[in-house]
Amino acid sequence: MTFLHGIAASNGIAIAKAYRLVEPDLSFEQTRIEDASAEVERYRQAIDRAKSELETIRDRAKVDLGPDKAAIFEAHLLVLSDPELNTPIEDKIKSDKVNAEAALKETADMFVVMFEQMDSEYMKERAADIRDVTKRVLAHLLGVELPNPSMIAEEVIIVAEDLTPSDTAQLNRQFVKGFTTNIGGRTSHSAIMARSLEIPAVVGTKTATEEIHNGDLVIVDGLKGEVHINPTPELVEQYRKVHQEYEKQKAEWAKLVNEPTVSNDGHHVELGANIGTPNDLKGVVANGGEAVGLYRTEFLYMGRDQLPSEEEQFEAYKAVLEGMAGKPVVVRTLDIGGDKELPYLDLPKEMNPFLGFRAIRLCLEEQGIFRTQLRALLRASSYGNLKIMFPMIATLDEFRAAKAILEEEKQKLLTEGQKVADKIELGIMVEIPSTAVLADQFAKEVDFFSIGTNDLIQYTMAADRMNQRVSYLYQPYSPSILRLVKMVIDAAHAEGKWAGMCGEMAGDETAIPLLLGLGLDEFSMSATSILKARSLIKKLNKSDMEQLAREVINMQTTDQVVEAVHSAVQ
Amino acid sequence: MAEKQFTVIADTGIHARPATLLVQTASRFTSEINLEYNGKKVNLKSIMGVMSLGIGKGADFKISAEGSDAESALNSLEETLRKEGLAE
Repeated sequence: MTFLHGIAASNGIAIAKAYRLVEPDLSFEQTRIEDASAEVERYRQAIDRAKSELETIRDRAKVDLGPDKAAIFEAHLLVLSDPELNTPIEDKIKSDKVNAEAALKETADMFVVMFEQMDSEYMKERAADIRDVTKRVLAHLLGVELPNPSMIAEEVIIVAEDLTPSDTAQLNRQFVKGFTTNIGGRTSHSAIMARSLEIPAVVGTKTATEEIHNGDLVIVDGLKGEVHINPTPELVEQYRKVHQEYEKQKAEWAKLVNEPTVSNDGHHVELGANIGTPNDLKGVVANGGEAVGLYRTEFLYMGRDQLPSEEEQFEAYKAVLEGMAGKPVVVRTLDIGGDKELPYLDLPKEMNPFLGFRAIRLCLEEQGIFRTQLRALLRASSYGNLKIMFPMIATLDEFRAAKAILEEEKQKLLTEGQKVADKIELGIMVEIPSTAVLADQFAKEVDFFSIGTNDLIQYTMAADRMNQRVSYLYQPYSPSILRLVKMVIDAAHAEGKWAGMCGEMAGDETAIPLLLGLGLDEFSMSATSILKARSLIKKLNKSDMEQLAREVINMQTTDQVVEAVHSAVQ
Repeated sequence: MAEKQFTVIADTGIHARPATLLVQTASRFTSEINLEYNGKKVNLKSIMGVMSLGIGKGADFKISAEGSDAESALNSLEETLRKEGLAE
């Protein structure tokens, strides 16, 4: 029995067999073959097996993910039937008397190189498709099994180096009970995904893929950040109890689902949810969300090969607004660029993507993309309580420019006779220190602020949040961060506006007492954190927390702040 | 031999999905079918061939078919291009 320590990325306990999502060894030697026609036959059989495997995956994907996402497998199937690939390979086997593995590799590599050398980012991505498909054939030639996450048919815990959006898209939610990865932190994609799927996860274990084998019994403890491999029956029993306790606790919280979030001394705050797609609404409603505090629209643009149309976007926004039935929905306009790439936009690679051409910077330059999104939003506005916010605003000029474009599109729509809501609150994300510092000036022109702490912390500390070696600088409770947060909240209130927060910090047990004390009006978090946060806030007195906030703002270090919070809140 | 000239009208050009549709359609016929663009000629039954051309919006290309079902192959391809709003 082994034990790994990592970062608790998503609450809960999962006990199931391990399923490794890890590349197998596909190395081989080039050999000389005697019977060329038998080798060609062997190659064709491998192709046939790969095809029927892909057809099954495609059919499963059509049902689980929709025809859009299944389309990629159609293209992969065509590669397997491509005469320009198969004919040269078979010719090579016959003329050079080499084994099928070598003939396949050499021919496929030629195509990979050809696509990689094209000057479009989109074409370069196609090289990855060819690699993917030939890997599948190679695995069949070598008799090695490739992981097929979409084909999982029993309860499992996924073990991987890291999970990408396309990996998670293929996971069958019914059977995936939890996951653990080698790399990542609380704010990495895999962690956010685990919380939105409501499955326990431990990330950043460093060695999960080395220590865990397929079929090992694994316990993922998403409460403490521990992973137990082939545990003793006693430990399993112990964890079943922890699991039951946790479920009971959750049932307690569930009683708060329809209650407003009011502190012990009667102060109301709004608890909202962060969502990525209309599908996430179920979780928001089930967890008693009072609003959608952040709708990340990027997901509409990702995992496809062209921009979403105005109509497609309109349908998604309308679905979310109607689903929330009049409760506020804060939509963040496209936050793409930097680390979140869209291959079909062909954006050049940058040295410092987090400091580069992204979000509102990109939207103000590529106005066609921006205007389409704004039109879709404005058209959807009459179906609910829409609020729009712009991401990565650094200057007032940027906000004014974005607002002017929105106004233009609104006028156009009205001239066309379309219905647009009379009042749409317009706000900004505060994630750049310059904006926090100048919040008093911004507050005169915006309707609200939403503090994006993940980025605000990384920009204030000048510490890349993807870089593990500087992860100690991710300090949400640092007095420096708290002062910026205070400036933003005070500036909003001075102009009669409201201030919210939509970063990880808003759902954090240590941060909530401080934020309540600083006067935050709206907290937006993973839907699964809402009830726990509500239960905490109901126990707190706002006046006590105000006192606590006044004290910590003048402290020197993060540790002092954490200690003060823990002794004030038992 | 049957052949016909087209102009791409889709904003995205002949990207993955359109290319998939064209190759799927072409593969249903026994005729030899080629696509010519910018002085290059590729087998229209080859997804990698078609993709490698990177045909963008406004581009002119020619499809030619030779064989017993050449006429109906060309008609089907033309129908696919029009129905999907790819080219005219």
